[in-house]
Amino acid sequence: MSTIGSNAAATQSSVHASLTGARRDTAGAIFQGALLASLLFSLAVLLVLVVDVLGKAMPVFAERGVGFLTSPLSSNPAKAGVLQGIIGTGVLALIVAVVAFPMGLATAIYLEEYAADTWFTRFVQVNIRNLAGVPSVVYGLLGLSVFVALANSLDGAGNGRNILAGGATLAVLVLPIVVITSIEALRAVPNSIREAGYGVGASQWDVIRKLILPSAAPGILTGIVLALSRALGETAPLVLAGAVLGSFSGTTLQTLFSGSYTALPMIVYDWSRKPQEAFRQDAAAAIVVLLAITLFANGIAILLRNRSEQSW
Amino acid sequence: MVMAALSGEPLTTDKPPRPAPIIEIENLSFHYGAFRAVKDVTVAFAPNQITALIGPSGCGKSTLLRTLNRMNDLIPGTRVEGQVRYHGQDLYAKDVDAVEVRRRIGMVFQKANPFPKSIYENVAFGPKVTGFKGDMDGLVESSLRRAALWNDVKDKLGQSGMALSGGQQQRLCIARAIATNPDVILMDEPCSALDPRSTLQIEELMQELRESYTILIVTHNMQQASRASDNTVFLNMAEDRAGYVVEQGPTYDLFTNPRNQMTEDYVSGRFG
Repeated sequence: MSTIGSNAAATQSSVHASLTGARRDTAGAIFQGALLASLLFSLAVLLVLVVDVLGKAMPVFAERGVGFLTSPLSSNPAKAGVLQGIIGTGVLALIVAVVAFPMGLATAIYLEEYAADTWFTRFVQVNIRNLAGVPSVVYGLLGLSVFVALANSLDGAGNGRNILAGGATLAVLVLPIVVITSIEALRAVPNSIREAGYGVGASQWDVIRKLILPSAAPGILTGIVLALSRALGETAPLVLAGAVLGSFSGTTLQTLFSGSYTALPMIVYDWSRKPQEAFRQDAAAAIVVLLAITLFANGIAILLRNRSEQSW
Repeated sequence: MVMAALSGEPLTTDKPPRPAPIIEIENLSFHYGAFRAVKDVTVAFAPNQITALIGPSGCGKSTLLRTLNRMNDLIPGTRVEGQVRYHGQDLYAKDVDAVEVRRRIGMVFQKANPFPKSIYENVAFGPKVTGFKGDMDGLVESSLRRAALWNDVKDKLGQSGMALSGGQQQRLCIARAIATNPDVILMDEPCSALDPRSTLQIEELMQELRESYTILIVTHNMQQASRASDNTVFLNMAEDRAGYVVEQGPTYDLFTNPRNQMTEDYVSGRFG
């Protein structure tokens, strides 16, 4: 019987050894290290950028305070402010929100919920994806040849290079992004929810409005955040669609609609090219303002998203 | 009675020995694209009874069930031949509105699928979209009571339906189906994801519900069919993989004295 006892002891010790043996998973550790390094690298780049910009912008804000935000453009770096840029960027964001978001969402709902899955709808979807990858300067050319010309024909006095043309150009630019992210969000709603809705006698419109859209809302709003950030940061299409590089007079909304307008990225670009060092600091301050506006707009969208996630 | 009100038939007080069927399927074939999933099915379902559809996996039980409230309309590329008559009306006639059909023939699905809404909203959703104007609180309570869920949830009606246990979720789905006051309730393997205790609760519930509703249940579980149904339809898969009806009849007869050898083999567990 002692052999059985010693066998049991041997089994126990070998199981103990195999279960507790500290076998090093070298490949796994290296992979994990690489992932962490990537994260730290991205964070470091971002940190350097923010510190650099804030460092340059601080003196401007310290010296001029709110005056920087409420002054118009000027060729004197000590007087130049971003008022026209804030108004321009704000109005552009509004135009994008009013034009691109409803249109993009409606397109997505049609393609995903109503349209039959034919070669034509698949063709359309593939091309919307391609449009999202088209360089923004190409949209600028479109804006110039279509929206500026259209605005010109409507508004005989000006030359058509007004903020409506710029806003329309940006709206078209982000439209594919809104469509694609909305389609993905709608597609992620489980079919069981649709079936459950139809199962209790809901019409397709009820199912979409009361079940699918609330479920997809967080994803749709995420897409809107991305699209808005993209639109607010664009420069190239605005250059072509008539935004002014350099200073001009007029800070009221009326002058923006009838003629010259600009946006914060344009101002940043313009000031960065100027020889005076003081304008370099002004540019950094303008970047801070642009970041703040973008964060504010995204904050609203994120707030809406969190609310839609909570409310069932 | 709802049925009589809908069909315009006179109410009869004396119960005939063999009541007129509430749903009749005649020569029904169902196609997914080029594939015929169900062929030449002719079955009748009696009112206020529980009928079980049994058969091996892939024999078209669920497909057949879903043709009864036109749920398969939602799948593109499907086609129905033959007739499904509900109180004599062909449900696939051109002028029939599938939404109206589903209001009278409700459904409980295999996997409990409560809406991502509160328990109250889950039950109230159907009545709301179908234009119910009466006492919603009362309707929600009575539906939850009939689904044997009221005592579990009466203090947390505002909480998410998704937070309930699996068995409770399925009873919530039954309450949701009852709330629109249908005539027929289709159940597609409602207990397949539930533990034995929850399964038993659902089966007891079905016995109570058959007083007011006609219940058709697809089940994989032969014990469930034999203990919980009045009638059984046995389907099998033909050589071409299309499902067809092998035998139908009162559950007791079908299980104890099957006429067909295949039925006997299946109910005694020799295949499937």
